[in-house]
Amino acid sequence: MTVLVFSEQVPTGNELLAKAREMAPVLGGQVIALAYPGSPGPEGFYKRGADRVIVPESPHLAGDVPLAENYSAILHQLCEEHKPSVVLVGSTRWGKEVAARLAGLLGCGCALDCTSVSLDAGKTLTVERLVLGGNAMSSEQMAKLPAVLTVPAKVIPCLPEAASPGGQVERKSFELAPPRAASLKVTPREVSGVKLDTAQVVVSMGRGVKAKEDIRIISELARALNGELGCTRPIAADLKWLPKEHWVGLSGTKVKPRVYVAVGISGQIQHIAGMRDSALIVAINKDKDAPIFKAADFGIIGDLYKVVPEIMNQLKTCK
Amino acid sequence: MVETVVVAKVTVDVQAVKMDADTSEPILKGVPLKVSDFDKNAMEEALRTKAKLGGKVRVVTAGPPEARDKLRELIAMGAEEAYLVTDARFSELDYAAVGKLLAAAIRKLGKIDLVLAGEASIDQYSGQMGPRLAGALGVPSVSYVRKLTPDKEGLVAEREMGDLVEEYRLPYPALVTLTKEINEPRLPNMMQIIGASKKPITEWRADTLGVAPAELEPAVRLAGLRGIVMKRRNVLFADEPPEAARKLVEALRGEGVLGGGQK
Ligand SMILES: Cc1cc2nc3c(=O)[nH]c(=O)nc-3n(C[C@H](O)[C@H](O)[C@H](O)COP(=O)(O)OP(=O)(O)OC[C@H]3O[C@@H](n4cnc5c(N)ncnc54)[C@H](O)[C@@H]3O)c2cc1C
Ligand SMILES: Nc1ncnc2c1ncn2[C@@H]1O[C@H](COP(=O)(O)O)[C@@H](O)[C@H]1O
Repeated sequence: MTVLVFSEQVPTGNELLAKAREMAPVLGGQVIALAYPGSPGPEGFYKRGADRVIVPESPHLAGDVPLAENYSAILHQLCEEHKPSVVLVGSTRWGKEVAARLAGLLGCGCALDCTSVSLDAGKTLTVERLVLGGNAMSSEQMAKLPAVLTVPAKVIPCLPEAASPGGQVERKSFELAPPRAASLKVTPREVSGVKLDTAQVVVSMGRGVKAKEDIRIISELARALNGELGCTRPIAADLKWLPKEHWVGLSGTKVKPRVYVAVGISGQIQHIAGMRDSALIVAINKDKDAPIFKAADFGIIGDLYKVVPEIMNQLKTCK
Repeated sequence: MVETVVVAKVTVDVQAVKMDADTSEPILKGVPLKVSDFDKNAMEEALRTKAKLGGKVRVVTAGPPEARDKLRELIAMGAEEAYLVTDARFSELDYAAVGKLLAAAIRKLGKIDLVLAGEASIDQYSGQMGPRLAGALGVPSVSYVRKLTPDKEGLVAEREMGDLVEEYRLPYPALVTLTKEINEPRLPNMMQIIGASKKPITEWRADTLGVAPAELEPAVRLAGLRGIVMKRRNVLFADEPPEAARKLVEALRGEGVLGGGQK
C-alpha cells in the first residue's frame, strides 16, 4: 500500500522519499509526495523516489502563514483517497503539529521525532525515539496501520538524484473548510549568527554564571578556544540573556563538537541529551557532586570565576 | 465567561530515573511521579484567563490510579474541578487510545471554550497530544504559544517558529499548547494545599465515557526501552584553580584539541 510523504522543507522531503522508496515494495504500493506549495521545484521529488507528486491548490492556502489546520485536512483527504499504510512527515515544529493533528483526524497511531524507521519483510513497522528526557531510546511497534510518523532532517540519507525526468507534477484542488484560525501578523525575529550544530568547539554556560555582564568571561574563553558560545535553557528561556540559537539540549540545539566545555552547568539529563555526542567533554563546576562530572572526560571542581581566568592565563602563556 | 479545561499529564520524574547497571535498562519502578512541567504553565494560564474573563477552570488527567495524588497539586493551584480518566491497563494505552479517552472526557464536560495543554510532556517530549486532540475534537489550534491574550470571543496567540514570530487569532472553541516561557506557575500556599486534599476528584473510565474497549486497542506498542549509558573518562582536578587550570590545559593539549583555528 501507498506511502505518503510531506515536508515543507525540500531536503527533508527528499530524505523521507528514500525511506518511502525502501518501504513501498514491501507494502506493495506507490510513493506519493505532497509538495508544499511555497517550495521550489516540486518536480525534483520525482528524481528522489516519488511515483507521484501532488501540489495542493485551494483559495484557503493563500496568505503568508501556512495553517496546520489546512495541511492536516489536505493530508486527511489524501489518506481517504489513497489509504496509505504510512504517512511520513518532516519533523519540524510545524510538521509535528500537522502530523499530530492528522493522527487525531484519523484516530490512528503516531510517533514523532523518530530517529529510525524500519519495516521488516513481514510488514512490521518499528521506530525508535528518544524518551524519558533523553535517558532512553524506546523501540515502538506499529500494531495497526496506517501510522503517521515524523522524522527529523538528516536522519535518513537521500537517494542519489535519478537521471530520468520523472512525471508531471499534478496540481490538485482541495475542498477545504474555511480555516478558523487567522494569521494576524508575522515578524522576523532577531537571530544571532551562531551556528552550534557545525561548530568544532562549543563553550557553554549555565546558571553558575551569576550576572549577565559575566557572559563576557565565558565568551572570551570560547574565543580563546576558537569556539562558539552555548548555554543551558534557563539562560536563554528564563533569563533571556542569550538568544535561543545558543541553547543546547533536548529542546534546544543538538551539538557534537570535538570539544564541549560546560561551565557552571549542573548537567540535568535534558542538557546532556543535547551534547553527549561531543568527542571530548570538559566540565567546570564548584559542586563535586554535580551530575555534569559523570558526563565529562575532564573536570575541574572549583569556582568558575577563579578557574576560567586561570585557564585563560594558561592558554596565553602556553601559546 | 471562558470555560477552560487544562489537560495535564502525570508522568515519572525523568530526573530521578536510574539505569540498571546490568541490563542498562531504565528502572521505572519506584520512580516518583510528578505533574509534567509545562502543564503547570497551562494551569497558570487558565487561572489568569479566569481572573480576567471569569468562567470555570477544570483539569483532566488520563493516567494510572496513582496519578490522583498529583492531581491535587493542580487543585491547590486553583482548579475548581478535577477529573481522572483511568483504566486498569493504563500503562498499555498509546497516544491514540489516550487521545480518544481525553477527547471523550472533554466532550462530556459540556460547553468548553478553551483547552490548554503543555507544549510537550517531560517523559515523551513529543508535543503530540495537543494537536491530536484538536484534530479529534475538530477545533482550531496553535502549538508552542508563548503569549496568550484571551477575550470574550476568542484569543490571540503568539509563537516563535524558526526565524519568525507569528500571531494568530482563533475563535472559541480552541486548543492551545503552551511553552515554559509563557508564565511562572504560582506556588500554592499551605492553606490551598490542605484545602485541595479535601476536594473531590471525579473518576471516569472508558465505559463512563462511552469508549468501547476495542477503541483502546493500542496502535503503537512499546517493544523495548534501552537506557543511554554515558561512558566518559571522568578525570577530575580538585586542586587550587591555577594548578587545576594548568592540568586541564595540559590534558587538552595532550588530546591535540588546542590546535587553534579548527573552527
Ligand atoms: C522538557 C524539558 C526540556 C528541557 N530542555 C532543556 C534543554 O534543551 N537544555 C537545557 O540546558 N535544559 C533543558 N531543560 C532544563 C533542565 O532540566 C535543567 O533545568 C537545566 O539544564 C539547568 O540549567 P543550569 O545547569 O544552567 O542550571 P542549574 O541546574 O541551576 O545549575 C547551575 C550549576 O552551576 C554550578 N555553579 C554555581 N555557581 C558556580 C560557580 N561560581 N562556579 C562553578 N559552578 C557554579 C552549580 O553547582 C550548579 O551545578 C529542560 C527541562 C525540561 C523539563
Ligand atoms: N495522559 C494525559 N492526560 C492529560 N493530558 C495529557 C496526557 N498526555 C499528554 N497530555 C497533554 O499533552 C501535552 C503534550 O504531551 P506529549 O504529546 O506527550 O508531549 C502535555 O503537556 C499535556 O498537556
